[in-house]
Amino acid sequence: MSILLAVTAAGLAAVGTYLILQRKLSRIIIGLGLLSHAGNVLLLSGGRPGIEPLIGLADDREMSDPLPQALALTAIVITFGVTAFLLAMAFRSWQLTHDDEVENDATDVLVAAGVIKSKDVLDEQLAEVEIEQEEAALEAVHGEVDE
Amino acid sequence: MTQLIPLPVVIPLIAAALCVVTGRWLVVQRTISILALSATTVISIVLLIGADREGPLVMQSGGWEAPLGISLVVDRLSGIMLTLGSVMLLAVLIYAIGQDGAERNHVVFQSTYMILAAGVGASFIVGDLFTLFVAFEMMLTASYVLLTIGGRREQIRAGMTYVVISLIASTLFVVALGLLYAATGTVNMADLSRKMVDLPPGVASMFGVLLLAVFGIKAGLFPLFSWLPDAYPVAPGPVTAVFAGLLTKVGVYAIIRTQTLIIPPASRPQTLILVVAGLTMIVGILGAIAQDDVKRILSFNIVSHIGFMVMGLGLFSEASLAAAILYTAHHIVAKTALFLTGGLIEHVGGSSRLSSLGNMVRTAPVVAALFLIPALALCGVPPLSGFIPKLALIQAGFSQREYAIVIVSLVASLLTLYSLMKIWVGAFWSPAVDPPQGIPHRVGRLGGPPLMIAPTAALVGISIAIAIAAGPLYDLCRRAAAQLIDPMAYISAVLG
Repeated sequence: MSILLAVTAAGLAAVGTYLILQRKLSRIIIGLGLLSHAGNVLLLSGGRPGIEPLIGLADDREMSDPLPQALALTAIVITFGVTAFLLAMAFRSWQLTHDDEVENDATDVLVAAGVIKSKDVLDEQLAEVEIEQEEAALEAVHGEVDE
Repeated sequence: MTQLIPLPVVIPLIAAALCVVTGRWLVVQRTISILALSATTVISIVLLIGADREGPLVMQSGGWEAPLGISLVVDRLSGIMLTLGSVMLLAVLIYAIGQDGAERNHVVFQSTYMILAAGVGASFIVGDLFTLFVAFEMMLTASYVLLTIGGRREQIRAGMTYVVISLIASTLFVVALGLLYAATGTVNMADLSRKMVDLPPGVASMFGVLLLAVFGIKAGLFPLFSWLPDAYPVAPGPVTAVFAGLLTKVGVYAIIRTQTLIIPPASRPQTLILVVAGLTMIVGILGAIAQDDVKRILSFNIVSHIGFMVMGLGLFSEASLAAAILYTAHHIVAKTALFLTGGLIEHVGGSSRLSSLGNMVRTAPVVAALFLIPALALCGVPPLSGFIPKLALIQAGFSQREYAIVIVSLVASLLTLYSLMKIWVGAFWSPAVDPPQGIPHRVGRLGGPPLMIAPTAALVGISIAIAIAAGPLYDLCRRAAAQLIDPMAYISAVLG
């Protein structure tokens, strides 16, 4: 494996991982793109380098290994499709909340804060969080209508 | 016989295409998908019988010989999983048709569901790792759509986490494939099995851990399970049931397949698998106890029980693998039935939160019975279906002197009983504390629409049948496990 490909894959993976750890959806999606590129570069570098693998163009031993290229192509297409779906979901999320941030799960927040002492407390808190979220959503919808 | 092998993938895919074309006529769509899944079920049973009698059935697709082409293989384990998978998919489809609500009428529901079925089928029959990746993606992409089909706010939130984590797992899978290909020059599993022996043991163990991590994310192993209890409860009821019953088990199947076939015995990360299994059981069940929502309790329960299946793999003997396979079979049926009953509880009580439910043993006695049987089976109460595989696992653990994991599994079983009895007491026995959140449906004598009750009852029936026929089934699992321990039959069937 050439050192250049290795460094490229490592760099892409590092930047991708950093971006995925952010809270903004757009950054997470870009991060996922970079991370999958890192995977594809790694996949490509698994094969033998050489000239284009077309029959009759050269001797078999001088050709590059076509299999990792085919695998990488398949992986790229799959990532492309899922990324498109993610973008659609991010748009829907923006429609609903007018924000690009990944939301916390209402129950999770309460469990993490250690607020849950009894069921009644949980229900009250949950109702509050839900009301807040609904209000925010309503505002978002009204905002859209106003625009 | 071998010509039948691709059909569990091809039939649902054709049905998916037809469902798109007939999008305007719901009745036609539903007839097509029910027919397709019934056909798949019959073919899977034929394949299982064939694989049991004649040894692994192999088809080299397109006439390209292995290891160049894509080999499709059905051995006993694949056959068992394929049969259970198609029965579950069929039962849940009928339930989804019987349930009212906007989601089942969504124009893409049937076609996406068929693609999910094709993806699940493909994951069980492919014989090379890259096609396994493609099959996983097919299944996962369909599951993304099904999870977010209403476009509701909490679905988008949970769906986002689910998609991002699955994509990271897929990227890791691509990385593992790239490294495996660089090290061995093949992605065919049978061929890998032969070539991995030549690798340095350290490199082979690295691959073992990498593949465990990749499929551990899909299966929901500790510490990679956090997405699961978050994502599953927000999907439409029947969709959650099929996710809970099947998707995690496809991950477990992939773990069992890769660890037994590809990784040489000397480099298998066995201690790691046992430790992970123990932690998965305990952390999962403690999570379940902390929750107050029927679907969330059941989702954490899945995590815990994945630990039992992986424990069987970690012990790695013929007896323990047989127990793990039987456990997986029992768990697929019981868990799907429980989630379907969870949907019925929501339908009857108008909510899935325990504090708003109550007294259902009087208002809906049929639902109560349908809940209690699979719940007790899941805890391993004799004589129900969970008891035999658990007993076999514990016996295997004792005979290999792995006392720690046996004790952990017993504690986890007891806590499972506690968490499920919490649902029983909260929803069925005690009166409701809070007023219901949603609108409870009026129920007749059955406790729900017949099309929802019938498939749930059928699954409970299958669960009981597993308990009754446990002897022959255990023998079948034992033969499947023997094939896994000594993969020579598999390898020579594929490579000729």
